[in-house]
Amino acid sequence: MPYHSIVCIKQVPDTANVTAEAMKADGTVNRAALPAIFNPDDLRALEIALTVRDRHGGTVTALTMGPPMAAAALRECLYRGADRAILLTDRRAAASDTLATSYILSQAIKTIGNYDFVFCGRQAIDGDTAQVGPQCAEKLGIPQVTYLEQLVELRDRTARIRRNVGNGWELVEVRLPVLVTVLDTAAEPRPPAARRVMKYKRARVRAELEAAVKAESEAAAGGKPLPADQLDAEVERRAERLRCAGLMMEQWNLDDIRADLAWCGLSGSPTKVHRVQAIVLTKSGYTEIPATEEGVRRLIRELVVDHTLG
Amino acid sequence: MISVNRSGEVWVFAEQEDGSVHDVALELCGKARELADRLGVRMGVVLAGWNVRELSYRFIGHGADRVYLVEDRRLEHYQTQPYARTVCTLIEKHKPQIVLFGATALGRDLAPRCASQMRCGLTADCTDLDIADVPDPAAKTTHKSLLLQIRPAFGGNIIATIINPERWPQMATVREGVMPLREPNLQRKGEIVAEKVAFEEQDFAVRLIERHREPRKVNLKGARTIVAGGGGVGSKANFKLIHDLAGAIGGAVGASRAAVDGGFIDKAHQVGQTGTTVRPALYIACGISGAIQHRAGMEESAKIVAVNWDKEAPIFGVAHYGIVGDLNQVIPMMVKAIKERPKE
Ligand SMILES: Cc1cc2nc3c(=O)[nH]c(=O)nc-3n(C[C@H](O)[C@H](O)[C@H](O)COP(=O)(O)OP(=O)(O)OC[C@H]3O[C@@H](n4cnc5c(N)ncnc54)[C@H](O)[C@@H]3O)c2cc1C
Repeated sequence: MPYHSIVCIKQVPDTANVTAEAMKADGTVNRAALPAIFNPDDLRALEIALTVRDRHGGTVTALTMGPPMAAAALRECLYRGADRAILLTDRRAAASDTLATSYILSQAIKTIGNYDFVFCGRQAIDGDTAQVGPQCAEKLGIPQVTYLEQLVELRDRTARIRRNVGNGWELVEVRLPVLVTVLDTAAEPRPPAARRVMKYKRARVRAELEAAVKAESEAAAGGKPLPADQLDAEVERRAERLRCAGLMMEQWNLDDIRADLAWCGLSGSPTKVHRVQAIVLTKSGYTEIPATEEGVRRLIRELVVDHTLG
Repeated sequence: MISVNRSGEVWVFAEQEDGSVHDVALELCGKARELADRLGVRMGVVLAGWNVRELSYRFIGHGADRVYLVEDRRLEHYQTQPYARTVCTLIEKHKPQIVLFGATALGRDLAPRCASQMRCGLTADCTDLDIADVPDPAAKTTHKSLLLQIRPAFGGNIIATIINPERWPQMATVREGVMPLREPNLQRKGEIVAEKVAFEEQDFAVRLIERHREPRKVNLKGARTIVAGGGGVGSKANFKLIHDLAGAIGGAVGASRAAVDGGFIDKAHQVGQTGTTVRPALYIACGISGAIQHRAGMEESAKIVAVNWDKEAPIFGVAHYGIVGDLNQVIPMMVKAIKERPKE
């Protein structure tokens, strides 16, 4: 029996390797200076989806919400075997918190439709919240199974899943459709297949074609851009060529998924960032504390002020 | 979503399993009590399960004015949807202003499902909570007495303060061991409010087939703060000092190999090359020389405090703060200073 899976993936800045070069003078992190990587847990989610398809048939659709550069992560999915890749990109989705993000993703998932599984990584390394998966499940009105360690059995649209809950494990049974979040210990992600890399490295979303055409025309015309209609025509010409070769990845905006704008972006986000303090990453020297009541009290006060102690 | 309700209570979700209360729920009670007092409102606990009424008194001892008790045979083992329905039903009925969950595997499964259903905000893994008035220049108003939700973000490289001004309740999960576990007051009086929740068939879509629990292990890797003792502590009896300091901070207990070899503490607590490698926010090394094999397991900690009476000890080479002195005098001072610490 074939099963259709949607995998939600995210391109994230590599927060695990923040180097000195990525720090701005004011001590904050310069996101742009960090390499963008495929969120590690999501790679495992993709692997589980691909395994299901390889064993039972069906399809794997990779879905990501992000800026046009996130198309690189979608290509990674195609290299590894995904059948379809969709980029959801829209300026009006910027500044979405987890609630707004899950609303947008759930609308995209409904638009894709006809799914048995939605797989997500347990959490993304840039936020570590682990919230989007469960929030999506709620918005879709389907059950959730978090922390998948192993998909033990799949038969007659019923899955048996072993979940790792930290201090032990549980075996649960659920009828599909279900949203599953996947741990990084669940599977060793397959490497990109060389033949698929050869083919899909040319795959593009429309925004990438637009940026390329614009840059090329500016370079050729010595900074003077071509009229908009000529640019559009060129983008369309290239898109058509890629479509014929099966290399045009889909790009959707909020209208394509019938999203209610009140629930998207800033207005759809109940949480607001009130303040951000940078943590100085370099070892901030050494302070000797006198072994006296006053010295110790001063030390504890410092640790409270910088939130090391709650 | 409920509307802003300034007389709403401060709630804690009572995480329990097989009738045993998770420490984080009690830690949260201490914090929730403090927040409720500052807001001048009651503190409530949502306790769901089967045959768990007895546990209510523990929460009352830890500061709850009211325990909302939902007992149902189908709630015996945690499952996301029936528990989410329980919490959401009670939120809609009683309109609390703040709801706190432990940032445990269970809490991080439950809280987002509830927040999504309530269409309210949720801040994950807070390390501190506070109350303050927050001016809103765009709307030319001030939001009175909001919950400040403080958490590390971006792989721990920044500290963000999150607020949730309009769509309530204000929800947050809090990491284990961050808030101190206070002594219960067994004389405290509180009320147990029995509640009924109407479940639907679809709430039980996930069926538990089998479960396996390991006895609670030493969780050094996940600890945000670690207090470690070494050969300098001298004896198993004296290692109580290390446990006391860890208890006061809400941290885990670590050890050097000399302490393990000396029989002061079990091997599971050993930090280092042949023990566990840790990266907590705070590592306090007491009576540890700082041999390379030990440093290999802890030098990536965000903040290191070393207590050693030998000012030449190599541990000071990796420490951010050093106290040259006798740990038998310094540790009790630290415990005292932590108990009396000022709030920021
Ligand atoms: C292959 C190998 C693997 C190893 N793996 C590990 C490992 O994983 N983890 C590990 O920890 N070690 C490991 N070791 C052992 C390591 O080399 C050290 O022997 C060990 O770390 C020493 O522990 P210590 O500093 O607590 O004890 P000691 O060397 O006994 O040092 C005690 C320290 O306490 C101070 N002190 C004494 N009394 C007081 C007091 N009253 N007040 C304040 N300070 C006081 C002393 O000045 C001294 O610095 C390994 C060794 C080998 C060879």
